[in-house]
Amino acid sequence: MPRVIFVTPDGTRTEVEGVAGDSVMATAIAHDIVGIVAECGGSMMCATCHCYVEDAWSARIGQRSDGEEEMLESAACEVRDTSRLSCQITLSSDLDGLVVHLPDAQT
Amino acid sequence: MKLIEDHLAIDPPEGVPVWDVDPYSESVLANPNPYYAALREQGPFAYIPRYAILACGRYDETKEVFSDHTRFVSSRGVGLNDFRHGKPWRPPSLILEADPPDHTRTRKVMARALSPKVVAGLREDFRIAAEAIVDRLLQMQGFEAVADLAEAFPVAVFPKAVGMLDVHARHLVDYGAMVFNGLGPDNALRRAAMARAPEIVPWITAACTRNRLTGDGLGAIIYEAADAGEIGHDEAAMLVRSFLSAGVDTTVTGIGSALWCLARNPEAFAALRADPALARPCFEEVLRYTSPVHTFARTADCNTEVAGVKIVEGTKIICALGSANMDPAKWDDPEVFRIDRRPAGHLAFGVGIHGCVGQNIARAELEVLLTVIAEKVAAIEPTGEAVWRPNNAIHALDRLPLRFRPN
Ligand code: HEM
Ligand code: FES
Repeated sequence: MPRVIFVTPDGTRTEVEGVAGDSVMATAIAHDIVGIVAECGGSMMCATCHCYVEDAWSARIGQRSDGEEEMLESAACEVRDTSRLSCQITLSSDLDGLVVHLPDAQT
Repeated sequence: MKLIEDHLAIDPPEGVPVWDVDPYSESVLANPNPYYAALREQGPFAYIPRYAILACGRYDETKEVFSDHTRFVSSRGVGLNDFRHGKPWRPPSLILEADPPDHTRTRKVMARALSPKVVAGLREDFRIAAEAIVDRLLQMQGFEAVADLAEAFPVAVFPKAVGMLDVHARHLVDYGAMVFNGLGPDNALRRAAMARAPEIVPWITAACTRNRLTGDGLGAIIYEAADAGEIGHDEAAMLVRSFLSAGVDTTVTGIGSALWCLARNPEAFAALRADPALARPCFEEVLRYTSPVHTFARTADCNTEVAGVKIVEGTKIICALGSANMDPAKWDDPEVFRIDRRPAGHLAFGVGIHGCVGQNIARAELEVLLTVIAEKVAAIEPTGEAVWRPNNAIHALDRLPLRFRPN
């Protein structure tokens, strides 16, 4: 059960148990994490599942997917090198303990 | 190998009930909820002998089949015909009826043209058109909401957003309905749709060419991708065609159904008036409650298993999205319309890589229109019976007589 830690802009950390194969977005929705909206449900159309992956994890989660870069341009908050659409990050045991930071707003 | 409706006629898989029903009969299409309930009752799948297909309508399996694009492909058609065995009636859609990697390439271009950023730039136009139409309807003693509002609004805003120079309201609305009827079996609805193709298709094809589009619309974004070499120019024309097949009749249906929900649930409309910010969640609940796209199909591209049921390669599976959106195992009191339900995970826009690429524009159209109605209209009153128009893939109203009471 890979754990994911969501950090709000004010620094509050929430640790949840995810399921390998699920996306970080689906994990957030399943645990009512405020701050991930995911209006399109993971079809990569809304950019309301934006998150910043903590530096230490950036290398391990791999590349942005095809089209993700462009959809990020629609994100409500600043896009940084660590920005990802959380619906495009799939959990695995390798990602146990993944830390993602939530942006100030999604819409 | 035996074919029915141009697909492999499979035998009933072990353990799957054989259910002699016609999901495409006009009575089911006009009033699908009893069929949905019976379908879910059958189990994860039912075998429908008249078409030799599987049907699913429980939330979990419908979502699994509809979203697993590797096992259940779209390139063999999302209607009853299997393009591997029969000739499609029109060149297949380069996005809807395609699999990765082809799909990935065209989807990226379409997603660019329909991104939240692009759609945000359309909202002002949407608002101006919505106010004009609603103001006019407020002057009337009563109106027919399908023609006067549900069709009038998208026809006023969508071709303009695409950048079309030619607008033929009837052809634009009917083209979508025709394509959707084409996804069904060879029934009277499909035959009537096909009979209209020679009249509508040439007009649509001509209207999608580059010289019939402005340089600043959604269509131009697609042609620019062709200039950049991402897609071919012939492909660009076909993708612009997809805007019209999937983008007009669907939103017409969404608007009609939203008005139907609000007219029948005055307390929901009162809540919307008190807080117009409910417009967006309201539309999500309309989508869940009415499922404008009621059924699309997939084809099993390998031998596989879902919920313990063995599925053989070539099996056509019809996925009743409308049923999944009403599954009591997923939703509390599914038959109750709750304006603030926020039904995350509904399947009305599909799910996964094919999830509606036009959803931002559909949401923007409905959010703006419902907000304007909430601001200007005191009550939405039915003045006659709502009549549904059977279609092999769309659950749409034919007529909805209403009156708007002014503030
Ligand atoms: C209320 C309105 C709408 C509804 C209910 C709706 C529903 C759907 C559904 C269920 C799918 C998934 C099909 C599948 O997985 O096989 C889909 C895909 C699609 N929709 Fe929509 N749609 C709507 C509006 C629009 C609009 C406004 C456009 C165009 C601007 C559009 C363009 C498309 C396209 C091109 C696809 C294919 C996407 C792909 O295969 O990747 N739709 N839509
Ligand atoms: S959930 Fe919409 S882009 Fe990720």
